[in-house]
Amino acid sequence: EKTKTSFFGQLNKAVMGKSTVDVEVLDELEEILVHADVGVETTVKIIDRIEKRVARDKYVNTSELDRILREEIAALLEENRAGDGANFDLPANTKPYVIMVVGVNGVGKTTTIGKLAAQFHKAGKKVVLGAADTFRAAAVDQLIIWGDRVGVPVISHGMNTDPASVAYDAVKKGVEMDADVVIIDTAGRLHNKVGLMNELAKIKRVMEKVIPVAPHEVLLVLDGSTGQNALIQAREFTKATDVTALAITKLDGTAKGGVVIGISDEFKIPVKYIGVGEKIEDLQLFDKQQFVESFFSRK
Amino acid sequence: MFDNLSNKLDRAFKTLKGQGSITEINVAQTIKEVRRALVDADVNYKVAKTVTDKIKDEAMGRDVLIAVSPGQLMVKIVYEELTQLMGGEKQDINLKGDPAIILIAGLQGSGKTTFTGKLANHIKKQGRSVLVAACDVYRPAAINQLQVLAEQVGVEAYTEMENKNPVQIALNAIEHARKTHKKVVIIDTAGRLAVDEAMMKEIAEIKAAVKPTETLFVVDSMTGQDAVNTAKTFNERINFDGVVLTKLDGDSRGGAALSIRAVVEKPIKFISTGEKMEALDLFYPDRMAQRILGMGDVISLVERA
Ligand SMILES: Nc1nc2c(ncn2[C@@H]2O[C@H](COP(=O)(O)OP(=O)(O)OP(=O)(O)O)[C@@H](O)[C@H]2O)c(=O)[nH]1
Ligand SMILES: Nc1nc2c(ncn2[C@@H]2O[C@H](COP(=O)(O)OP(=O)(O)OP(=O)(O)O)[C@@H](O)[C@H]2O)c(=O)[nH]1
Ligand SMILES: [Mg+2]
Ligand SMILES: [Mg+2]
Repeated sequence: EKTKTSFFGQLNKAVMGKSTVDVEVLDELEEILVHADVGVETTVKIIDRIEKRVARDKYVNTSELDRILREEIAALLEENRAGDGANFDLPANTKPYVIMVVGVNGVGKTTTIGKLAAQFHKAGKKVVLGAADTFRAAAVDQLIIWGDRVGVPVISHGMNTDPASVAYDAVKKGVEMDADVVIIDTAGRLHNKVGLMNELAKIKRVMEKVIPVAPHEVLLVLDGSTGQNALIQAREFTKATDVTALAITKLDGTAKGGVVIGISDEFKIPVKYIGVGEKIEDLQLFDKQQFVESFFSRK
Repeated sequence: MFDNLSNKLDRAFKTLKGQGSITEINVAQTIKEVRRALVDADVNYKVAKTVTDKIKDEAMGRDVLIAVSPGQLMVKIVYEELTQLMGGEKQDINLKGDPAIILIAGLQGSGKTTFTGKLANHIKKQGRSVLVAACDVYRPAAINQLQVLAEQVGVEAYTEMENKNPVQIALNAIEHARKTHKKVVIIDTAGRLAVDEAMMKEIAEIKAAVKPTETLFVVDSMTGQDAVNTAKTFNERINFDGVVLTKLDGDSRGGAALSIRAVVEKPIKFISTGEKMEALDLFYPDRMAQRILGMGDVISLVERA
């Protein structure tokens, strides 16, 4: 099937001629969830919850299952702090609002920063970017190009300099310029590298010297095509930097990003943004309903 | 997550033994346990199903239930099956041709540009002269990135800052390589999604124009269930010769390796294990099988079984 089909439509095969939920239907459901990278543990959890409801309500039919499933999955997803009004508003009375962006290599941190800067800029906010990835080849150039595209200043000390001191200067500059938001790019790092994870904690500490509560937000970027390893990424980055929000990128592909359900449930971190392309406008606010919906459509 | 797979299996078998009779039905729970373990390691769900069906036949044939530790014997069977699935004959990359042309392709951020630098370094160390060609005309600073890496490993980078046509740049690079007597040209390309028709067409055109001796598909080892879709589509469009698995210095189980191998039947030729230019290694199926099964003590388990 090429077109978007409802969950019910997808389940058709399994439930042909059946009116109530049985093992076969639940098996099919397991397959769909696992295919979306939801993971065995979370999938079993969801199915258990549904089984309980089925047992309690006795005659749940398959079309009701559709609704129940959405409810159960949505229940595992933390509320997005941006609220249902869904916009890119910055919290009032926090100026500059400092966002530090972290994640493993190549997930889309720098690109997401470019897009985010564009959103704030468009809303008339004064934005400053900090090029604290001083390690990856041409990382500073990449952020500077994004800064130019958006039309916002990028604070940089060049390659192979101390990332913490770049972050410090960027926040300081933000204060001096009376900026609304400062966004700090950091180098990609795998969470099992202790030295690099400690460096993140240091970058964070240094910013506190300028604004005691900075960074106000630590945004962990996850690649939507990542499988179960994303759970460990969330765990380790949270330990090192108190992650406050998630962004899931590359959802313009066929990957579903289902692993964030378990992450959101376990760590109580809301998903805030999703990346749906490489262009400046390809950033959206996370929409629970739409996200869950996408599991049941095959592209 | 399932370092304790063998314990789990032991338990499953214990209940089995209690029941006295061995049937397909009571082996089913154990097989389900194995399948879930594979899925947890990011092996594609369908691939895991196929693999576990095979394992089931194998297990029945070997009468697992009589073993002192059926769980361990089961793990051994799984381990052997995975190793075999990812193995086959080891294949090196083909460097015939004058110059030999290697085309690099894959999803965004998978590690193509970094691998291009590493491979250039690797080939240069074997005493062959290398040219890397910067054919990603989209990503901000992609060309600079390749230039920096080329400089690090001491090879020439061919770039055209203003040209937006990757096919042309690639052809010009090959021409330049001939003139300057380079033995190998490695073509770095932009990241692209399998569903992006325009970009998939572009990579097919690059391939048709440069007629590479070797086309490599670069994939992030942290990839989940989607690895199969992507590998399939790229293979359909550019019929790649081998796979490069990156970021194995992380702690992902790397089930994608198994999925891709099962779906496209192309060998994994290199693994990437870090950001430094030296962090390149050959692929060993037995090590990968261990990793998918949860690192740890598979080998000693297998020896005891
Ligand atoms: N299709 C798609 N591509 C994306 C998206 N977000 C980022 N990318 C691409 O992914 C690649 C990596 O993005 P970067 O922003 O450089 O990632 P990063 O996390 O900063 O990478 P490092 O700094 O090297 O760790 C680039 O080719 C981006 O264009 C997205 O939402 N969709
Ligand atoms: N830890 C680790 N990082 C890697 C490895 N290979 C690449 N990287 C990092 O992953 C990120 C993305 O690598 P790139 O080489 O830019 O990936 P790419 O496929 O060229 O990306 P695009 O051109 O944007 O599609 C960078 O931060 C690299 O340093 C690896 O084996 N281990
Ligand atoms: Mg970056
Ligand atoms: Mg690249």
